[in-house]
Amino acid sequence: MRGSWGAWMVAAAIVALVTLPLLRPPRIRDESAGPWRMIMRRFRQNRGARTALGIVLALYIIAALAPALAPYPPNAQPDPIAMQVLAPSVAHLMGTDLASRDVFSRVLHGARVSLAIGLLAVLLSITVGTIYGAAAGFIGGKTDAVMMRIIDALLSIPRILLLIMVTALWGQLSILLLVVLIGMTGWFGVSRVVRAEVMAVSAREFVISARSLGASRLRVLSRHVLPNVLSPVIVAATLGIGNVIILETGLSFLGLGVQPPQPSWGSIIQDGAQQVSAHWWISVFPGLAIVTTVMAFNAVGEGLRDALDPR
Amino acid sequence: MTVPLLSVRDLRTYFYTSAGVARAVDGVSFDIARGETLGLVGESGCGKSVTGFSILRLIQPPGRIEAGSRISLDGEDLLALSEDRIRRIRGNRVSLIFQEPMTALNPVFTVGDQIAEVARIHAGASRRDAWAKAIEMLTLVGIPDPADRAREYPHQLSGGMRQRVLIAMALVMNPALIIADEPTTALDVTIQAQILELLTDLQQRFGASILMITHDLGVIAEVASRVVVMYAGEVVEEAPVRELFASAHHPYTEGLLTAMPRVGRARDRLTVIPGTVPPPTAWPAGCRFRDRCPYAWERCASEHPPLYDVGVGHTSRCHLAVEPERRAHPHPPLVATEVGA
Repeated sequence: MRGSWGAWMVAAAIVALVTLPLLRPPRIRDESAGPWRMIMRRFRQNRGARTALGIVLALYIIAALAPALAPYPPNAQPDPIAMQVLAPSVAHLMGTDLASRDVFSRVLHGARVSLAIGLLAVLLSITVGTIYGAAAGFIGGKTDAVMMRIIDALLSIPRILLLIMVTALWGQLSILLLVVLIGMTGWFGVSRVVRAEVMAVSAREFVISARSLGASRLRVLSRHVLPNVLSPVIVAATLGIGNVIILETGLSFLGLGVQPPQPSWGSIIQDGAQQVSAHWWISVFPGLAIVTTVMAFNAVGEGLRDALDPR
Repeated sequence: MTVPLLSVRDLRTYFYTSAGVARAVDGVSFDIARGETLGLVGESGCGKSVTGFSILRLIQPPGRIEAGSRISLDGEDLLALSEDRIRRIRGNRVSLIFQEPMTALNPVFTVGDQIAEVARIHAGASRRDAWAKAIEMLTLVGIPDPADRAREYPHQLSGGMRQRVLIAMALVMNPALIIADEPTTALDVTIQAQILELLTDLQQRFGASILMITHDLGVIAEVASRVVVMYAGEVVEEAPVRELFASAHHPYTEGLLTAMPRVGRARDRLTVIPGTVPPPTAWPAGCRFRDRCPYAWERCASEHPPLYDVGVGHTSRCHLAVEPERRAHPHPPLVATEVGA
């Protein structure tokens, strides 16, 4: 991911823009009544979810600044013999691995891979899933039946096996290709949720009312149906990021995801997997990073769900 | 005779469900003159709302308007129009006011936005003009501080206010016909009266016709000049409103009138029409009201009654029109004896 400074700055800035308004503590006298404002207010009142969102933002900032924060280059092997598997110390906060690389620097750089793949793959699957599900639910009838049978067929293939097969056939995988692969295998569930919501909302009276007032099909869909199905999509997206990070870790652990020597949390765990009892630090620290990240995303997702649907 | 504004002839709207074909509207005909308010009465499931929705072709599959039905507005055949042309009539020349003012408004947009949308769709108004129109309409329907209220969301308004917003949306384009589907049912009694007054007042100012769909004869008495009574997908009686209240002919209408609670008529219990409307997938042969009717005789089982003329502008789908002497001998209706009640 060399030369991706600019892209990372943009990514971190976008994440910050989205999260900062939600991080502000709730104001006592906030009477704004728009639906989005009310959702934001409910989210702010949830301290746990706000903390988790703060962690997510911090993770993206750390990932963006990884090259500056890391004390060593992630792939540098200063002395594969003398500096091999050093225990954590002040010089090497998370120790070194079998090839004498600094685990802390590798974990920081690995954050870039995991977080980028998580965000981009989920954006892709949410976009595709929403378009597909909305089309099926809105058109209905035979088109819908055929589209849903296709989803049933795709969902019956275990995702991890599908990914293993495709990555094994492909050989060398770029990060972008990995994003596309994970994203394009993750939208089936989303499309089902969106379809069900679109159908439910389409039967609501205000949609019939909009039709009765002369709104075109496109207007009904874009203005009256879609804004009312956004909440489950947002929740599914947030919870999906955690899943994708785990998936990417699993693939990299199996040697099918990010290719060595590029660090990813999964591949770093793999580096230390042979000798966890002797050199625990190689695997444990990236493992902790994964657990923290996934828990943070899930907590944000649950906070959003509660804020979006206060029943 | 002048051409009526709306003419409905032999309207049949069927729903093709797994339980069979539901003949929700089964051969309904009526006219609405310019500036007139026609009441369409009947209990739940009689097909009155489906009739209203059929006029604007808002029936969704599995429902379908059958071939042979005719609906014309100002002589124009609405059932022959392309989807795009009928869309330009909806909310423009004919608009619909819904029963539930909470659920008929989109929760994610301000009410001003939703009124303005109608002007944007039909008049191609700019954002600014449409907003001005929205505020003008809110003023017209009697909402105080319209400029502030326009920026509020549906859940911030009371039920009566929301119903006023719906009326404002329906009136933006100054339609020739307003179909009001139980517009006051979801409201408190005092608010009901205000809304009805507003509707009739606006009608007089703009000369629109109203099709008032309701189960409430009290509403009909207040606003309508003529009444069509529906039962089991059919028109069973049509009469000028005074005549209907003074001398209803069809036993079903009679039942509706006696079931109406009235001040000054002390009674222990409300009278009810025994039994319920039969399922629309299986209308009985002969007269569809037969099982619940206190006068039914053999003829009612064998012969489906046509609409008989029983007075000036007064028709009734009951064989009593030709055998009036039978009215003198009521008996417990069939459903009552069957259930043993």
